[in-house]
Amino acid sequence: MIRLKNIEKVYRTSTIETLALNSISLEVAKGEFLSIMGPSGCGKSTLLNIMGLLDEPSKGDISVGGESIRDFSDKKIARFRNQKLGFIFQSYHLINDLPVLDNVELPLLYRNVSGDERTRLATEALQKVGLGNRMKHYPSQLSGGQKQRVAIARAIVGNPEIILADEPTGNLDSAMGNEIMEILINLNKQEGTTIVMVTHDENMAKKTSRLVRLFDGSQVL
Amino acid sequence: MFKNYLKITFAVLKRRKFFTFISLFGISFTLMILVVLTAFVNHLVSPGYPETKRDRCLYIDKFEQIDTLKNSRRSGPVSFHYIKNYVSRLTSPERIGFSSFTNSVNAYVKQTKVNLFYKYTDANFWKIADFEFLEGKPFTEQNIANNDFVIVINDFTRDKYFGKGVSVVGKNIEIDNVNYRIIGVVRGCPITRTYVSSDVYMPYNTSKKDYMRKELAGEYIVLLLAKDAGDLPEIKAEYQSLIAKLPFRNYSDKWFKPNKIHSTADTFIGSFLSQLTHSDGDAKKHYVYLILIGFALLFMSLPAINLINVNISRIMERASEIGIRKAFGASSRTLTYQFVIENVILTLIGGVIALLLSFGVIYYINNSGMIPYADLTINWKVFLTAVIISLLFGLLSGVYPAWRMSKLQVVQALKGGE
Ligand SMILES: Nc1ncnc2c1ncn2[C@@H]1O[C@H](COP(=O)(O)OP(=O)(O)OP(=O)(O)O)[C@@H](O)[C@H]1O
Ligand SMILES: [Mg+2]
Repeated sequence: MIRLKNIEKVYRTSTIETLALNSISLEVAKGEFLSIMGPSGCGKSTLLNIMGLLDEPSKGDISVGGESIRDFSDKKIARFRNQKLGFIFQSYHLINDLPVLDNVELPLLYRNVSGDERTRLATEALQKVGLGNRMKHYPSQLSGGQKQRVAIARAIVGNPEIILADEPTGNLDSAMGNEIMEILINLNKQEGTTIVMVTHDENMAKKTSRLVRLFDGSQVL
Repeated sequence: MFKNYLKITFAVLKRRKFFTFISLFGISFTLMILVVLTAFVNHLVSPGYPETKRDRCLYIDKFEQIDTLKNSRRSGPVSFHYIKNYVSRLTSPERIGFSSFTNSVNAYVKQTKVNLFYKYTDANFWKIADFEFLEGKPFTEQNIANNDFVIVINDFTRDKYFGKGVSVVGKNIEIDNVNYRIIGVVRGCPITRTYVSSDVYMPYNTSKKDYMRKELAGEYIVLLLAKDAGDLPEIKAEYQSLIAKLPFRNYSDKWFKPNKIHSTADTFIGSFLSQLTHSDGDAKKHYVYLILIGFALLFMSLPAINLINVNISRIMERASEIGIRKAFGASSRTLTYQFVIENVILTLIGGVIALLLSFGVIYYINNSGMIPYADLTINWKVFLTAVIISLLFGLLSGVYPAWRMSKLQVVQALKGGE
């Protein structure tokens, strides 16, 4: 599905150079549930962003479905993100100007989906994450855990082939965390959704089919 | 998709009330000021009642005698003597009339003292200015020959001192201790039309001053009416050749021996500019027009600049929104469209508000009596130009930062776009 080859990511500021990823090669197979673990600052989010085509590596190749993304136009990348990907950010990234429902509808907005259908699907996704009663709220009126659940609803609403989740349960209590984990496992098992999840929780990682450990930008397992 | 853009736009405008207010206020307020100002300028310079023939008219309102040796000069309006013996010899104008500068005087109507503006004019004045007579008629050559003490008043004066709409022809009014018989009532005109505006008009020969005295300087403005606007240059030239042949006055004052005379017959705008630039205004006209147009464009770009400013900071502020939208499948082009539509809608709403405000302000000016007989109108050309310029700049200022933002890596945009 997604194949990374010799990926390197260097962050340069005027004073320091950080090697956030060092020669990572990784293939995510279709239908797999992969988890990524590692200490804080080791490059997990960076890796996930590169997989989701949200950031460019300094070196190395990315291919999706056998095609190198170097040949992708802006439009093609946009379509890929829109139809194949669902991203759950570590810091939620909701649009504060829009109510919860509109936030969740966002991926559908850039597809050919009618307004009614959008509302129906978004409502369904929100109900799945237990937020059916917060649809008219604005993000600023939600707790951290609720925001995270909105972000999850937004990622699953379009039924993407791949979900990239950056600590999706990091801000949730264990009960809620388990519930979200259930949702992801179900998507993986029943719909065959490919999932890549960053987590700090060994128990969560155990429930996935494969584990990748990072240390200081390098893959150690 | 367009419907979605609209929906998003209104959601954003509604949600960011303060920003929306600032932008709308900026756009509509500057547009409104522009419209009202141009309405004023338009009112001042374009032909309006009763100077409907202004584009066929030239004015001689200044006569300057210069002593180049002692570098001194005397200038002012012209005398009856000068008009009668020199100006009236011009053959190219269709008509030559004159009126005095407007002065104010105490008048008595039925023992009540009132302050009025007055002008002394000749009979031709009434054939050059197109006054509408509500009652009676203007005075004629015959009245002047007969030394009739007759007077034309405007409706403002009539309403104020005799009663609204009453018939006053034949009644008397005392101006400067002289008794006049009212011969006609005209519909008044705004005071900004200085060459023709007054409360009352009297034949020049009823003036108490020695209007016959043999002096070139006096208190009159000459109005020259051409048969056709195309004849104006010829009339100007003929007047210049007349000036060239004028003898210099020999004043008893040994400190002032004029050896040069300067006077021009100018168009309305030209005479206005002559006074500003101390030279032949008509010659400088194109130059000054350019400057004026430059100023107008500059002023029109104010709402646009304001828009650019607000836009750029607004879009920067929404970097993370752009990042989020991109992460979920918005292409750069889609995002740019969205911001363009937001800007267009904002500008259009601003334009509508500006128009309503302008109507309000102009209606107020016209009806408040601040300027009697003010007849300001909205200059649609200026308004539309300003709206179009605002739209254009709104587009550019929206497109450029949005486009630049949308080119950013999503991660960078999410972090605020640095
Ligand atoms: N924009 C940036 N500029 C400079 N350095 C950066 C930038 N983003 C990340 N880094 C650095 O890259 C490294 C990896 O960051 P990353 O966010 O991927 O860590 P992480 O593994 O997700 O950590 P956490 O578990 O705390 O989320 C860190 O050392 C971080 O300081
Ligand atoms: Mg992280």
